[in-house]
Amino acid sequence: MTTLLIFVAQLLLPVAAAPLLTGFVRKIKARLLGRRGPPLLQPYRDLARLLRKEPILADNASWLFRGAPYGAFAAIWLAMTAIPTVATTTSPGLGLDLIAIAGLLGLARILIALAGMDVGTSFGGIGASREMTIGALAEPALFVAIIALAIIANSTALPDMSRAMSEGVGLRVSLALALGAIVMVAIAETGRIPVDNPATHLELTMVHEAMVLEYSGRHLAMIELGAMLKLVLYLSLIASIFAPWGLAHGGGAGDLGAALGLWLTKLAAGGFVLAVFETAIAKMRVFRYPEFLGAALLFGILGVVFLYISQHLK
Amino acid sequence: MLKQITRALLSRPVTIDGPAAGDAALKELAGKVDALAQKRLGRSLAIRAIDAGSCNGCELEIHALNNPIYDLERFGIRFVASPRHADVLLVTGPVSLNMQEALLRTIAATPAPRFVVAAGDCACTGGLFAGSYACAGALESIVPVDLRIAGCPPTPLQLLEGLLALLAASAGKMPARP
Repeated sequence: MTTLLIFVAQLLLPVAAAPLLTGFVRKIKARLLGRRGPPLLQPYRDLARLLRKEPILADNASWLFRGAPYGAFAAIWLAMTAIPTVATTTSPGLGLDLIAIAGLLGLARILIALAGMDVGTSFGGIGASREMTIGALAEPALFVAIIALAIIANSTALPDMSRAMSEGVGLRVSLALALGAIVMVAIAETGRIPVDNPATHLELTMVHEAMVLEYSGRHLAMIELGAMLKLVLYLSLIASIFAPWGLAHGGGAGDLGAALGLWLTKLAAGGFVLAVFETAIAKMRVFRYPEFLGAALLFGILGVVFLYISQHLK
Repeated sequence: MLKQITRALLSRPVTIDGPAAGDAALKELAGKVDALAQKRLGRSLAIRAIDAGSCNGCELEIHALNNPIYDLERFGIRFVASPRHADVLLVTGPVSLNMQEALLRTIAATPAPRFVVAAGDCACTGGLFAGSYACAGALESIVPVDLRIAGCPPTPLQLLEGLLALLAASAGKMPARP
C-alpha cells in the first residue's frame, strides 16, 4: 500500500512541480537583469491558456504531427518515474534503469524532430537537424558517464545507485568527472544557454523552438509541459546520484515528508544555479557544439579510465 | 562577477510601476463585451508583432516594452516567435499592398480565440500615408479590429495601457461601466 502511494506520488509530483520550477528560473533570471519578472505561477496560466485555444494543423500535417506531442510527453514522463525523487522505491516491476532513461529521452527527441520535419517548413527542418546533431553528440557522452557511475555503484538502476552513493563510496575523481559530463549533457538536452536559448525569438538561433513553431493549442501545451518536465528530470537525476541525502529508503511518513522538502530544496538550488549560469554567459555558435559536448565525452571517458586503472593498481 | 550578481539580486528592480488599464481602450473594449466573452484566456497573453509596412517607429516603442523599465513580462504578456503560438496580433503600419496578403495569412495562421490590435496611427487610420496608392488603407477596413492604440508612435506607456485593458478583457475582469 505504501509502495503504491509512493509510486503515485512520484508519478504526479514532478509533473505538478515542473511549471513551478520553470517559473522560478524565469523569476530569478528577471531579477538578475533588474526586472520584476513574471509571477511564479505564470507557467500554469500559460498552459491553461494554450488548452483553451483551438489547435491549428497545416493542410499536409500527418498523424505523426498530431501524435508526436503526446508520444514525446509520455516518453519523458515514463523516464521520470524511474528517478528517485522522494523515495528509492520507484516504478515497481518496470525495471527502468539509466540506460532506459537515456533511450526514452532519445525516443522523445526523435518524435519531436520527425514532427518538426513533417509539415515541411524550412525552420522545422533546421531545428530537427540541429537537435539530432546535439543528440548524436550528447548521447555517447551520457552513456560513458553512466558506465563510470555503474562501475562505482555496481548497478545501472537509479534506486540502487542512490543507495550505494548515500552509503558512501568515498571521494573519487571519476565521480567529479562523471558529474561534469552529465551536467554538460543536461544543459544541451534541456535546451539551455549556451547550447540553445529557451527565450529566443530569432529563428536562426533556435533549436528546440524551431521544431515546434508550427504547433498550437493543446499540442503546444503538451510540448511545453514536456520541456518543463525534462528540466525537472535532469535536475532530479543529478540530485539523486550526486546529492542523494535525505531520500527515504523505507516508508515512514516523517522520512517521506523530509525527503519531499529536501527534493524541492534541491530543485530550487539547481534552478538558481542554472539561472545565474545562463545570465552570466552567452550562447555558443552552432559550430562549437562538438567542442562543448566533446569535452563532456572526454570527461566521461577519463572517469572510466581512472576507475579501470585504480582497480588494477590495488 | 559575483559582486554584480549579488548586487542585482539584492537591489530593487529598476522596473517602474505599471499604468492602470487605459480608459480609452477600456471604453472601446466595453462596446464589444459580447464578442469578447468568447475570448476568455485568463491572465496570460502571447503577442506576435506584425509589421505591415511600418516606418519602424512603432517597433522601437514596442521593443522598449521588453526592457527592464517597462518589463511587459511581469503582467504575464510576452512576445512569441510564431503566429501559431500567439493570441494577440499587434499590427503596425498602414498595410502596404505588398504586405496585405502576408498579413491576412498570418491572421489565418493564428488559432482562435485571437485578438487583433492596431498599434499606432498608421494602423488605426492610415496616418501620414492615408490615401496613398501603395496602401490598402486602415487595418479596420481589411480585418475586424478588437482594439486601437493611437499615437505616432504610441509611447511604451500608451501601449502598456492598451495591452493591460486587453488582459483585463481576456481575464473576464472588465470594470463595470454605466
